[in-house]
Amino acid sequence: MSTQAAPRTVPYKEKTPFDYSSYLRKGKLPHIWCPGCGHGIVLKSLLRAIDATGLNKDDIALVSGIGCSSRTPGYVDFNTLHTVHGRSLAYATGLKLAKPKLKVIVITGDGDALAIGGNHFIHACRRNMDMTIMVYNNYIYGMTSGQSSPTTPQGMISTTAKYGSIEPVFDTCDIAKAAGATLVGRGTAYHCQELEKTIYDAIMHKGTAVLDILDSCPTYYGRFNKVKGNSELMEIAEKDGTVSQAQAAKMTTEQLQGKLVRGILHRTERPEYCEEYEKLMAKAQGK
Amino acid sequence: MTEPAKKLWRIEINEKLCKGCGICADFCPTNVLEMKGIIVGVVNLDKCTGCQLCDLRCPDFAIQVFPR
Repeated sequence: MSTQAAPRTVPYKEKTPFDYSSYLRKGKLPHIWCPGCGHGIVLKSLLRAIDATGLNKDDIALVSGIGCSSRTPGYVDFNTLHTVHGRSLAYATGLKLAKPKLKVIVITGDGDALAIGGNHFIHACRRNMDMTIMVYNNYIYGMTSGQSSPTTPQGMISTTAKYGSIEPVFDTCDIAKAAGATLVGRGTAYHCQELEKTIYDAIMHKGTAVLDILDSCPTYYGRFNKVKGNSELMEIAEKDGTVSQAQAAKMTTEQLQGKLVRGILHRTERPEYCEEYEKLMAKAQGK
Repeated sequence: MTEPAKKLWRIEINEKLCKGCGICADFCPTNVLEMKGIIVGVVNLDKCTGCQLCDLRCPDFAIQVFPR
């Protein structure tokens, strides 16, 4: 694996545009995401974060399941794997065990990770294998026309909840922390510069890193819930609905009600699975 | 004493990639951009500060800001 560069200071302070072309399969653009979908913004943040790590393109593998978010690997020029619904983490686990030197980044949606692949998700967190799990959370199953997902907020309308969802929601960060992920963070597409730093921290972390990334689905979630325009949806859910950790420290419990905190929320150290497995192999071979 | 020359910027929009979502125009701090039909257009280039926020928030790789 190539040597890791020192954390880069924010590049856009230099006020020159970032060149994404070396990381993209340009023939595949324009991408399939709807106008105003936040997935493109998150993809750009991911590419800038990967550039900051200084890793070689061939040392990175992007694994995804099924869903709008999971179309991401089709547009990027890394090792990519587009797998079955909810099982992206199972494939990623196998890939990481076969090639432990690869930097595995799993791109998955809220329905893909938490509902259909919920079982794989908690056990991937438990094993603490060195991979980054990015959960693109747009509150809905976008690709199949807007059914409720485990993160659809209560009272919000979807195809399968025409009078408003009554189900309590999953908090991706809480689940990941409870299941044993060693780095848990949250970002939004609106705060794309902050998101870049969060993704950088997650990629550089040794162990399972889970990121809950809030973005918007204007086509279904926005339209069903009578939000006009893509930018308004971003403002409501991402700008007004979240606070940074510095802001949260100054706020009272009542003020924090209904707000989500951005940034790295949990970080700890535990033995990494691939290293433990190598030790086990050496022991079994009597070395 | 003369004021330092104002830095000038050039905005390039890829019309083949722009889907007209309007995120860049809505979040531009100095209202440089405006929707022109189904794609975005530049209206007040003189006001551009080169903050790159339109580039950073464009989901479609369609807009870039260069020093002129």
